[in-house]
Amino acid sequence: MKTKAPRFYYMIPYYLWIVLFVVAPIALVVYYSFFNITGDFTFSNYQNFFSSVYFRMTLSSFWYAFLVTLITIAIAYPTAYWLTKTKNKQLWLLLIIIPSWINLLLKAYAFIGIFGLYGPVNKVISTFGSRQQILFTDFSFIFVAVYIFIPFMILPIFNSLDKLNPALFDASRDLGASSWVTFRRVIFPLTLNGVKSGIQAVFIPALSLFVITRLISGNKVITLGTAIEQQFLVTQNWGMGSTIAVFLILFMIIVMMLTGQKDRGGAISGKTK
Amino acid sequence: MGKLSKVAKLYLALVFFILYAPIFYLIFYSFNSGGTMSSYEGFTLEHYAAVFNDTRLIIILLNTVIVALLSSLIATAIGVLGAIGIVFLRNRNMRNAVLSLNTILIVSPDVIIGASFLILFTMVGVKLGFASVLISHIAFSIPIVVIMVLPKLQEMSSSLIDAAADLGASKRDILTRVIIPYIKPGIFAGFFLALTYSLDDFAVTFFVTGNGFSTLSVEIYSMARAGITLTINALSALIFIITLLLVVGYYFFNQRSRQPVETGGNKL
Amino acid sequence: MKEILRASIAILLIVALLFYGVSLLEKGSATTSGGTTITVFNWGEYIDPELIARFEEETNTKVIYETFDSNEAMMTKIEQGGTSYDVAMPSEYAIEKMKESELLLPIDHEKIPNLKNIDPYFLDLPFDPGNKYSIPYFWGTVGIAYNPALLEGQSFESWNDLWDPSLKEEVIIVDSAREAIGMGLNSLNYSLNSTDLSELRQATDKLKTLGPNVKAVIGDEIVEMMRREEAAIALTWSGQAADMMFVNENIDYSVPKEGSNLWFDNMVIPKTAGNAEGAHEFINFMLEAEVAAQNTSYVGYSTPNQAATELMDAEVIEDERFYPPEELRERLEVYKNLGPEMLGVYNELFLEFKMDMKN
Repeated sequence: MKTKAPRFYYMIPYYLWIVLFVVAPIALVVYYSFFNITGDFTFSNYQNFFSSVYFRMTLSSFWYAFLVTLITIAIAYPTAYWLTKTKNKQLWLLLIIIPSWINLLLKAYAFIGIFGLYGPVNKVISTFGSRQQILFTDFSFIFVAVYIFIPFMILPIFNSLDKLNPALFDASRDLGASSWVTFRRVIFPLTLNGVKSGIQAVFIPALSLFVITRLISGNKVITLGTAIEQQFLVTQNWGMGSTIAVFLILFMIIVMMLTGQKDRGGAISGKTK
Repeated sequence: MGKLSKVAKLYLALVFFILYAPIFYLIFYSFNSGGTMSSYEGFTLEHYAAVFNDTRLIIILLNTVIVALLSSLIATAIGVLGAIGIVFLRNRNMRNAVLSLNTILIVSPDVIIGASFLILFTMVGVKLGFASVLISHIAFSIPIVVIMVLPKLQEMSSSLIDAAADLGASKRDILTRVIIPYIKPGIFAGFFLALTYSLDDFAVTFFVTGNGFSTLSVEIYSMARAGITLTINALSALIFIITLLLVVGYYFFNQRSRQPVETGGNKL
Repeated sequence: MKEILRASIAILLIVALLFYGVSLLEKGSATTSGGTTITVFNWGEYIDPELIARFEEETNTKVIYETFDSNEAMMTKIEQGGTSYDVAMPSEYAIEKMKESELLLPIDHEKIPNLKNIDPYFLDLPFDPGNKYSIPYFWGTVGIAYNPALLEGQSFESWNDLWDPSLKEEVIIVDSAREAIGMGLNSLNYSLNSTDLSELRQATDKLKTLGPNVKAVIGDEIVEMMRREEAAIALTWSGQAADMMFVNENIDYSVPKEGSNLWFDNMVIPKTAGNAEGAHEFINFMLEAEVAAQNTSYVGYSTPNQAATELMDAEVIEDERFYPPEELRERLEVYKNLGPEMLGVYNELFLEFKMDMKN
């Protein structure tokens, strides 16, 4: 690595952004987390966080975020993989993103209709048996959450698959590897950066989902995001809301460290370790 | 297309079907004379007429698009330069720290971002309205751009840059001729997801807007208490169709205009 | 790189074009020239837009209309400033809070001659003695909306009827702590404004036993769910019940005998007002009998405007579900501002209920 860093002034806007819109709000959040609802300095918010209600909520929030991320990867990976093999692949990729430009609340209302007792899904089911309650279940929550996050997972995976050198496949095949082995030993490791990027863009936001926890799961699933929302907007207990946010940020840093790259270096040329 | 197996085609078809199902559902009801999304009574275009008669709604829509495009563009520029800077940071701890800071806005719930931006703006004395909304959208879109650009940067071989430097390329040339073309797919990915963030945001915009400036999301969310009208469905249908036409049109236009020059490689 | 530059320039051109479009539209829609402006901050779809146009024409005042989706979000905006809101429509408990935080300007009754149109029953209430800061806009109750077509003859004269084991997964509860815990309190014959921790504990425990009957805890979507007959029963506000009935005539609404909540949305002038004169004019305009009648038939909530009711359909006014008679009103309680700490307790208890609901 003999190239020197780019000139500093390229970075000025970015660092300015970090200071103004990241560090300042975080400082504010941490500051508020030490005040109770009547404005006195206290550590009670932190004690409160470890009380049973919030602790249970944290665990269940993690569990759902984990499920959502896992299923998103399972669906997004093959999609991205096959998309790279289509003729107008860039166009198809754009078509994956376009649905996400329609307002989320509207789409949630549409899902209420689709999954409803008299909606199209139940119409199909009713030809086989009796109507099912789909709304307000774990299934509908996870389905819609995965729906929301799919483009955020497909994009980075697609980009890492797209640039793979086809010669690699041939080499692997020439060496006698089956296509599964090729995938597991050659392709997947090379797209790991894309997957990690996707996890960062899905798992962390999944912890703080809030619109659909109410609309689609009827508050039967409660995430950390819902709780913060409530504390800020309903109870107006900014202290407790900030405390939960502080923990959310800590969890995020942990996730970042787990999915962070060990060392910089080309995956293509520098995977020699 | 011939390379795809039947299973693959079926799978992709299913994914696309599910992605578009709720949108078609919305569009279907935009033609409902019944007035709600619950029971379909008959065909009408009155909701479309209502869109064109509602000047306020159209102004809001145009403002929404302006904010989305402009904020995504600026956020992409800042984010790309930021990501390049992060990758070139030599100290690993430093790099991780900056990356964590970068991603905090993605994890922070919108209410917190909105409330803290509002405090920030009123402290500095920025007048709430277009400028404050634009700045906020830029701010919360930057991290997703960085996250989308990073994997491309990380897989770029450093020998590529070294080679360019050895050949006498200046720093500016390395940036514009080597790095940026290589990470272009990441840049576009970041831009499009920034658009997604901006178009969908309600909470942050609500807090930092004022003086009559509004976006479509704010409008839709505040309608929820009294019920969302089918005018909004009609409007969304129009947005969707126009977007689709623009994207597909632009793609094929681009495709045709450069076919003789380029030989594959970097598409889009 | 060339492609990126080209795309960027294309985007900038589009943006410039759109800016031009906005400026054309804004010029076209500005019907008044040289007049003053007022900014109205209201819930979405909570006023007949025709009336705004009429007000603009009659008074040569331009109305900037902004919307909010919760009292708390609205208060945060007003408290932080940055925008001059001249009229806002908060609920009554929010008014107490806003008074405490000195966010309101006193209303000059001399400038609101139409105040005489308001039914005296709705004036001088504990949340704002003498209506110093607020003028009632709409009002209503909390009760049970239900769809007899989906039920087997159950009726809801008492809150306890909801606990009927035959109603498994049928009840939707509104996502609001005071209403939900309040139902528990009401069903035990305690006050809706209880601050007694043991009463609140009992109410929460009672509410938890409702768990198996709860289908979901949701917000405004209740209206949509009931209209589509997705659910048979909902704990909700009378205004939402009216919205449901507007589309689905099967639905009925009842206020249980143990009592319930009486709520008000009111017009106030926030301290950020830049044009208090225009705000008074607007409030007075909204109180005109004919205007209020038209607004009421558009919004569908109950109006406190007596003069307006005389212009409206007798059928609407005599509907005791939405214009309850005196003896029922006696049993209704208006929320008091219990202070932030108590509100915190209500919310934690509600969260506890939600967390337990699934099991």
